[in-house]
Amino acid sequence: MRIAVCVKQIPDPATPYELSPDTHRVVRPNDQVLDDTDRFGVEVGLQLAEEDDGSVTLYSMSPSGSLQGIRQALAMGADKAVIIDDPNLAGSDALTTARVLAASIEREGFDLVIAGTESTDGYTGVVPQQIAEILDVPSLTFARKVEATDGAIRIEQQTAGGYDVVEAPLPAVLSVTSGVVEPRYPTFKGIMQAKKKPIETLTAEDLGFSADQVGDTGAGQAISSVSVIPAREAGEIVEDDGEGYLRIVALLEQAKVI
Amino acid sequence: MTIWVFSEEAGGHASASALELLTKARAIGETNVFHIGAGSETAIEELGSHGAAKVFHMTTDEHLPSAAAAAALAALVEEHGADLILFGMDNTDRDVGGRLSARLGRPVLANAVDVSSGPPVSVTSEILGGTQAVVTEFTSDAPAIIFVRPKAFAAEPSGGSVAEIVPVTEPDVGRSGTAVIVESHVEESEGPDLEAAAVVVSGGRGVGSEEKWSLIEDLATQLKAAIGATRAVVDAGWVPARLQVGQTGKTVKPDIYIAAGVSGAMQHVVGMKNAGTIIAINKDAEAPIFAVADLGIVGDLHSVLPKLTEALKER
Repeated sequence: MRIAVCVKQIPDPATPYELSPDTHRVVRPNDQVLDDTDRFGVEVGLQLAEEDDGSVTLYSMSPSGSLQGIRQALAMGADKAVIIDDPNLAGSDALTTARVLAASIEREGFDLVIAGTESTDGYTGVVPQQIAEILDVPSLTFARKVEATDGAIRIEQQTAGGYDVVEAPLPAVLSVTSGVVEPRYPTFKGIMQAKKKPIETLTAEDLGFSADQVGDTGAGQAISSVSVIPAREAGEIVEDDGEGYLRIVALLEQAKVI
Repeated sequence: MTIWVFSEEAGGHASASALELLTKARAIGETNVFHIGAGSETAIEELGSHGAAKVFHMTTDEHLPSAAAAAALAALVEEHGADLILFGMDNTDRDVGGRLSARLGRPVLANAVDVSSGPPVSVTSEILGGTQAVVTEFTSDAPAIIFVRPKAFAAEPSGGSVAEIVPVTEPDVGRSGTAVIVESHVEESEGPDLEAAAVVVSGGRGVGSEEKWSLIEDLATQLKAAIGATRAVVDAGWVPARLQVGQTGKTVKPDIYIAAGVSGAMQHVVGMKNAGTIIAINKDAEAPIFAVADLGIVGDLHSVLPKLTEALKER
């Protein structure tokens, strides 16, 4: 099975991201990390590939920078990576991202595309569905469990009240939730091997997109203002001296909950 | 201005988001609903009484409906026009709306907490844990496709008339439509509904283990509260995903929200920061949850919660 896993390098979530005051774009440092939610997609891809001697290719659209996030996913065991790195892509919206990823995946060929349900920094949460529509394949989304059957993929799909078991023939797009599997940690050997794995870099033009179809001009949307929301009035913070619970009881009484 | 609202039937009702969106949309212009599912009388009535002029209804079968629904809605939009297409943020909303965007070649904006008809159409969303508001304008041709966060608007009946039902035939979308629902499982929940409860007791990773989760349950029982959880707790498998509060989970607005062992990650805070009173218990005095708490107890929940539960029992 040829498995395409979409991954994203994002600013380290441990340090809150910033918006550039003039472009309103997320300021992207050179050292970006692998979006934690993507480790689950990579792990699902690796497990499915191990079952049938398949391959796992990573696809990522972002300024590549130091590539440490991509190297991390390669060190987990992915075979190679395709990076679409092009200054013209800066400011791209979700649909452009989906078009670019879909074009790069189609160029290489695929049986299954795997993505997280949403990125941690942008969290629009519809790129997998957009990719599926562009590639004209079924989409199995919000998977909490995944298994491959003969020529098909079967998942448990999270629903508001429980879950559905959903199945689709390949080729297909799959979006996975965090917690679907336990992602492996890269081994020392994996980290060493990752340094030699192929990373192909493409531009938007390589995929047939003109400069005005992508980036800010192609996005069809523009941020007009960013403003500070007045914070909640600061509450009272007390150190528990063993009787802190009494403060809660008092507040619950005041609110007439008890 | 022509507006479309998406609705998916569940348990004989229209989706909660559709009723919220209709309440907003009917003040802007003529609003049609695209409703998928069984099409029960109750669901259609709810949509009409919340301001839908017409309900375009597509019955679904054992196939996963998203691809066919997106194609059907795209055809309706071509035929009847659309300036705004509003979705909630449930999984089906995202599946149908995402595909619709690619099919129509129109951009989307998600996580909206407010929508302005403009012109140009613009959307307000919140970033950095709800500390900053971002207004984004659509610069492309109509329609604008928008995903709105739950409870951004309060659903109120308009006292309107019964909506006209227009049946829609499910289109054949070929390969995209080949996913099949093999089984459906409803996980029975006990106690009050998380999204409607007046009091919510929520636990995070700080609870420590699945065994210790009873501390949360015991307190919730005493307060007749619904139980919530952070993503970390759901991912660890201690509780089912339907209890998750936050960006990828439920959005709650209870009178009282008690967060125990919850660090206050942005992902969680966006789902609960509009609660009336927030009480936080956390060992770490630096935990971001204290920034939104009305009362913060810096202490070990394993000592605070049992005492609190006991004190409530004795009342």
